[in-house]
Amino acid sequence: MDIIKELNQEIMESREIPAFRAGDNITVYYKITEGEKTRIQAFKGNVIQRKSTGFTSTVTVRKMSGSVGVERIFPLYSPNIDKIEVNRRGKVRRARLFYLRDLKGKSARIKERRI
Amino acid sequence: MKGIIGKKLGMTSIFKEDGSNVVCTVVHAGPCVVTQVKTQDTDGYSAVQLGFDDKKEKNVSKAMLGHFSKAGTTPKRKVVEFRDFDLDVNPGDTITADIFEEGQYVDVIGTSKGKGFQGVVKRHGFGGVGMKTHGQHNRLRAPGSIGMSSTPSRVMKGMRMAGRTGGDRVKMLDLRIIKVLPEKNIIYVSGAIPGHKGGYVLIVD
Repeated sequence: MDIIKELNQEIMESREIPAFRAGDNITVYYKITEGEKTRIQAFKGNVIQRKSTGFTSTVTVRKMSGSVGVERIFPLYSPNIDKIEVNRRGKVRRARLFYLRDLKGKSARIKERRI
Repeated sequence: MKGIIGKKLGMTSIFKEDGSNVVCTVVHAGPCVVTQVKTQDTDGYSAVQLGFDDKKEKNVSKAMLGHFSKAGTTPKRKVVEFRDFDLDVNPGDTITADIFEEGQYVDVIGTSKGKGFQGVVKRHGFGGVGMKTHGQHNRLRAPGSIGMSSTPSRVMKGMRMAGRTGGDRVKMLDLRIIKVLPEKNIIYVSGAIPGHKGGYVLIVD
């Protein structure tokens, strides 16, 4: 396993990923290729889970699009991720916030964590 | 045929240039030493015997020690014969991962993980019997009927039943090689391959 870690180390070090955790509000700038053109799309939402460690780790971001909840899973070390911005840190008591799926409106808010 | 002995290191994934993610297994392949070359004239068939992974000299029988010293190499843990080898090799030669190239399709042979004594649902993919409710109990993962009545009044040979599962030699066909790192003796094969981490595998084409 250590050899695999070593092999991925180089790529992992070349990427800059800010520290964030479940409950934080982030914006993921994702490269989208349409035919020849490449444009960058921003996806802003709350982190509801961080999964796996190392090179294969992913992050699930949930946002409300109108009244419909939208979730996207991003592989953190994907070359398609242009950058990740942390907008707001959240105060939560769980690592995986799936309970947010059942909540709406005011109750689905996450308190801000002051450092 | 070309082949190399390797060790399964584990699984990871790789991002291709177009951004798609490919799951792959990392294999520590080679360097293997040719320990013997069998020819039509001397042995009745042509084959190449490869050795991989060093072994302590004190753990090797004298007979094997003589065999390895004949090829001029240190004792090896895994010795495998490959029939009808394509490459022209002599005893003592080294075969490295660079005999394979990126994008090539290969077969990978390994010993699958042993599962112990398992029922027919896991072992042969049976569906089990009926439903959970409606008066039924304790038959959920049962094999069901295993044959007919008074004719033939025996169970047919080869009837699939519960038993030891896994630990078999399994050959995965046509797996693509995603990446080769010859200086590190590493080969990335797409998808999963049989066996546990640290298990020996053969990569052939």
